[in-house]
Amino acid sequence: MTDSRDEPLVLGIETSCDETGVGIVRGTTLLADAVASSVDEHARFGGVVPEVASRAHLEAMIPTIQRALKDAGVSARDLDGIAVTAGPGLAGALLVGVSAAKAYAYALGKPLYGVNHLASHICVDQLEHGPLPEPTMALLVSGGHSSLLLSSDITSDVRPLGATIDDAAGEAFDKIARVLNLGFPGGPVIDRYAKEGDPKAITFPRGLTGPRDPAYDFSFSGLKTSVARWIEAKRAAGEEVPVRDVSASFQEAVVDVLTRKAVRACKDEGVDHLMIGGGVAANSRLRALAAERCEAAGIRLRVPRPKLCTDNGAMVAALGAEMVARNRTPSDWDLSADSSLPVTDPHVPGHSHDHDHVHEVSKENLYS
Amino acid sequence: MLLLALDTATPAVTVALHDGEAVIASSSQVDARRHGELLLPAVDHVLAGAGLTLDAVTGIVVGIGPGPYTGLRVGLMTADTFGFALGVPVHGVCTLDGLAYATDLDGPFVVATDARRKEVYWARYADSRTRLTDPAVDRPADIAEQVAGLPAVGAGALLYPDTFPSAHEPEHVSAAALASLAAERLAAGVELPEPRPLYLRRPDAQVPKNYKVVTPK
Ligand SMILES: [Zn+2]
Repeated sequence: MTDSRDEPLVLGIETSCDETGVGIVRGTTLLADAVASSVDEHARFGGVVPEVASRAHLEAMIPTIQRALKDAGVSARDLDGIAVTAGPGLAGALLVGVSAAKAYAYALGKPLYGVNHLASHICVDQLEHGPLPEPTMALLVSGGHSSLLLSSDITSDVRPLGATIDDAAGEAFDKIARVLNLGFPGGPVIDRYAKEGDPKAITFPRGLTGPRDPAYDFSFSGLKTSVARWIEAKRAAGEEVPVRDVSASFQEAVVDVLTRKAVRACKDEGVDHLMIGGGVAANSRLRALAAERCEAAGIRLRVPRPKLCTDNGAMVAALGAEMVARNRTPSDWDLSADSSLPVTDPHVPGHSHDHDHVHEVSKENLYS
Repeated sequence: MLLLALDTATPAVTVALHDGEAVIASSSQVDARRHGELLLPAVDHVLAGAGLTLDAVTGIVVGIGPGPYTGLRVGLMTADTFGFALGVPVHGVCTLDGLAYATDLDGPFVVATDARRKEVYWARYADSRTRLTDPAVDRPADIAEQVAGLPAVGAGALLYPDTFPSAHEPEHVSAAALASLAAERLAAGVELPEPRPLYLRRPDAQVPKNYKVVTPK
């Protein structure tokens, strides 16, 4: 066993949506996970307002870094690198985090790693269940994405198998919650009501599950419309809407498709591990059904605790630590935020070809 | 004393070093869409040009706008983080004041920058060091009376000749002017504002009245 002190100590910054996250990890060990959320400021708008999120990130950044350092009990001087979400996400929001990370890395003289938000959602599971098996199948579900990804090395190879062709799963939860007047965000409240409802009460459609449909893509727009129509019909007839049953039946339709396709992808690709991440992975029914189906299929399921599933800085730090451990090329000082960074780019390497660049420089200084 | 000044509230990405006596290095690039990419390399370049490293800096000066938000935040976040990492104070300076300082005008004039959406950020000045009004955001036609007959500087003035017929340079703020102004005020014992952004507008956000009914009529 190597001394854990040898593992890279990395601080990660996440600002792709409405959470200002700063996490610190040592290798695969979580030391701090500080998050400031502006979710309450968005609630009355029924969705995340990009400008509100960006303003909140600027306000929250330094206090959140301070809190993370304090929680971890480490000194910034001891860090081996600074990681930051370079994309995908809200452009203006990402740019606040990227600006902070660049300035911090520069001021501390540490290498900078601009990393992919989606790969971070996968890598965070290392903090919970240890090193990722290679390959890992990952189902990422949140308000911004719904994807099936296969990764043989989280720092260099992430292959998309399928994704939503319309709404993200979390978006569908938000929209149905709005139709039911349950407020924003929709995920947690629908999960709560669904616990007291009957998931079989109403049969809602399962999108893209026909024999000719793409095996790994998702569609939630038809489901959303179908649920809204059902509710409107009840209201038009002057009947009370059974919120619990609607919530349970809608949720069942979503998680049924997600887990069915994820398990199928594992079988097709001969992968015996499934990782589920993203905000929707906090959904209790998704976790339960995935556990049931994986068990039946002989697949080992890895789902991090809910706090690590939603956006946070620890996931960024986890991927950053892996970048350091695997000697990946740091990003350049001109790193920019890329709101549509492809999922196939786990990080944004710099143009300086020598990946030991930072190391070399410090060695020179040592002898000069 | 070594001040590092930066401003990203206008299309210019501008950085300067001031040693308390004079500006010793500076850089300005105009590219409204690449503040995020350009700022850190510019800081690095300016420091290298002066043969210094960031840890020699004793204070940060940052333009607090008003200016288009996304770019404005790049400078403020960078300044805040430098201040935090180095343990040095971060001073805010109104970006319009930096533009005014660079004019050397000693009579009344107006500074106006481009606020997009057919509006300008603007303020009136008695001379290059004295602002008379709070920075505001308005349509040029709506302030024509208030600025009539006054010389004007800044990209917002150059953009709307109907309202600002005697508009001239400088078009954008320079960190060199910002640093010199800050150094002068600090030397005079004047307290500079907190490095908080001057947005002047509330965030655009519509409160959805209700969800859209999907049942066909
Ligand atoms: Zn996410």
